Amino acid sequence: MSSSMLFNVTTISYMVSTLLFLAFLATKNKNVGFSGTMVAIFGFLLQTAAIGLRWKESYDLGRGHAPLSNLFESVVFFSWTIVLIFLIIDFKYKYRAVGFFVVPFALLGMAWAQLGLDSGIEPLVPALQSNWLLYHVITCFLGYAAFAVACGLSIMYLIREKQEDSSASSPAGGVIAMFPSVKVLDDLNYKAIMIGFPLLTLGIVTGAAWANYAWGTYWSWDPKETWSLIVWFIYAAFLHARITRGWVGRRAAILSVVGFAATIFCYLGVNLFLSGLHSYGK
Amino acid sequence: MTTTNDRGIAQMLWDFFCSLKLSIFLLIGLAITSIIGTVIPQVPVPSEYIQTISPFKLQLYGKLGFFDMYHSWWFILLLYLLTVNLIACSIKRLPRVWKIISEPTLVMDDGFERSLSLTHEIKATGTAPALKDKMAAFLKAEFAEPIVTEVSGEYHLFAQKNPYCRLGVYVVHLSIVIVFIGALIGSFFGYKAYVNIAEGSSVDSVESRSGKIMDLGFSVRCEKFAVSFYDTGAPKEFKSILTILENGKPVPGYENVKVIVNDPLTYKGITFYQSSYGAAGDTLYRFSVRKRTGGQPVPLITHEQDRTPLPDGSFMQIIGIAPEVGSDFPGCSGPGAKLEITRPDGRKEYSIVLLNPACRDFDEKRGGDLIFTFDGKDEKYFTGLQVAKDPGVWVVWLGCSLMVIGICMAFFMSHKRIWIRVGNGRVTLGGTASKNPAGFELVFQELAAKLDSGTK
Ligand code: HEM
Repeated sequence: MSSSMLFNVTTISYMVSTLLFLAFLATKNKNVGFSGTMVAIFGFLLQTAAIGLRWKESYDLGRGHAPLSNLFESVVFFSWTIVLIFLIIDFKYKYRAVGFFVVPFALLGMAWAQLGLDSGIEPLVPALQSNWLLYHVITCFLGYAAFAVACGLSIMYLIREKQEDSSASSPAGGVIAMFPSVKVLDDLNYKAIMIGFPLLTLGIVTGAAWANYAWGTYWSWDPKETWSLIVWFIYAAFLHARITRGWVGRRAAILSVVGFAATIFCYLGVNLFLSGLHSYGK
Repeated sequence: MTTTNDRGIAQMLWDFFCSLKLSIFLLIGLAITSIIGTVIPQVPVPSEYIQTISPFKLQLYGKLGFFDMYHSWWFILLLYLLTVNLIACSIKRLPRVWKIISEPTLVMDDGFERSLSLTHEIKATGTAPALKDKMAAFLKAEFAEPIVTEVSGEYHLFAQKNPYCRLGVYVVHLSIVIVFIGALIGSFFGYKAYVNIAEGSSVDSVESRSGKIMDLGFSVRCEKFAVSFYDTGAPKEFKSILTILENGKPVPGYENVKVIVNDPLTYKGITFYQSSYGAAGDTLYRFSVRKRTGGQPVPLITHEQDRTPLPDGSFMQIIGIAPEVGSDFPGCSGPGAKLEITRPDGRKEYSIVLLNPACRDFDEKRGGDLIFTFDGKDEKYFTGLQVAKDPGVWVVWLGCSLMVIGICMAFFMSHKRIWIRVGNGRVTLGGTASKNPAGFELVFQELAAKLDSGTK
């Protein structure tokens, strides 16, 4: 058995889970929703095992390093963290419909990694040979994943709010009725960002610490650094906007979607369109 | 007249800087303007880029400081505005928050009770003083030690948890100011520089990025540099062996220190980072010479340009060197050298020596009375080191640590307060929390349920 086989089954699990959540929205059958979560858990456990196995395989090849060093590995890890944060929120709040707006992000990541990215285990170049890599990548990606969940929730918010506006007096019907209420969605959005913001802060700080340790400058305005700061500014604005009245609900949801778009650009766009120190995505 | 006007302006400025709208504007503004510097190349601007844009754009970008955007006056101004905004906002709000912590509302009167969203009333048997003691014990066991106040025959108990987490926000804001201070200290009193040191040589000054020569106050010698590769051909490790010298003498503990990428050397606040390497040009070649009549071979170490004396008074000089001679000398692939030997009488001889072990005896066949062999070459490298001095870096780390602590205080801790009013035969419970109202409601209901079963 190899890690790439396990990754295949993981991808299929996330696809099945997404379809089950869709079926749940259509049928409103609680068992279908529950099985969607169970399949997601199954995929998550497989993916955990696969990441562990890939780690071991790298040692068998004499190139031992944590599986976080190239674009394939980082996309796989990103999708793992998204499912992790989703499962935590699902476990705590049990709003099954959220699954349909979050698990597809993980599915998309896995599908892209497997179909479009080079999955070879490469030896680690000197610049990445540091434990800081581990701390930096894990904190950043957990933060990104929380923002992905917040984005999914915000999209649900925007859909539900629109529906409620158009059918003003009658209660929202159909699929939308399975969504949590706008108040709950707004609150969950805030909670997800409250998890993501400290993690992103830690990610930026560990990145700065690593840069200082390896290059002697904790900040050099490299495009990746700058974009992570842009993301940080956006979410800081989100947090402060909530304190002043009038910035909850719709505007907060939009800010959260914009924040995640910036996050994705920081993660992928910078590598694809701009140049800099973090150019593993060649 | 002017004084009131001045006060008016000061007041306006103060209100302006206390506004949270300004903060949101500044945060979003910084986010948007920061994009410019990630799209337009920053100094040193590659000349290929300059050729692709029109002269008008070049001038415009130059005027606006887009090529060194993060140090342009308007970007720095935004950062200063953010700092002033942050300090003003915090100064304005801190006293109110401090009052909540230092002068808690000890008494839950009717008006205050109505303002609380969580209240619970219980009928209880017993006199007020007896109930009060029971309630105090209850709060102490289940929540926190209460403060008891007596007001006209009724007792008011107040207990709280984590009051100081209300300061979390201000810890975060302070930490940002501290990070800025650290960055300023670094930019005024530190420098970044770069230096190349050839193997075997030393330097006592470095050239900063702005072109200034910075005296180190000590010397650094590069003893050796080595690079190793994976079997894929990708580099595996760049390694410099460095020694610090004070007055020409090695400093104990700083001799032959290994410096690799991600593992620098720091001495007297100055840090040396492995950054690049290259060929230093003067490769050392090793030959030996022996007499055909016998005797020990004599080793010779020479540079490409050297005239090297031989034991018999001759001189030897390399006049040609090739890294690969396999095509001229089949079976002898590898480097080879052509030597010119000037005998004491001025006569010149020429010798060809090959490094390949199978062809070591090539010169023997020449028939001369001196026989040369090629024993090896030591290619010399220089190591490229980045040099940094940043006395503000500890301040920055202090700020970063405070920031993480402050964010955790602000987000994950909650100031929980519980009041109990005890009258004759009646107990009223009230509570509020600064964060996570849903979570606190559960805590509150549990307390109320315990109180119900305890007083029945
Ligand atoms: C222009 C600068 C800033 C100003 C004027 C400002 C002002 C404020 C104010 C007035 C509050 C509310 C305090 C309260 O609830 O009593 C607050 C909260 C907060 N600020 Fe700032 N702030 C600024 C920048 C920042 C930045 C750059 C960060 C980045 C970490 C930050 C982090 C926070 C956090 C984490 C909270 C708590 C938010 C919450 O409880 O949801 N602030 N800020």
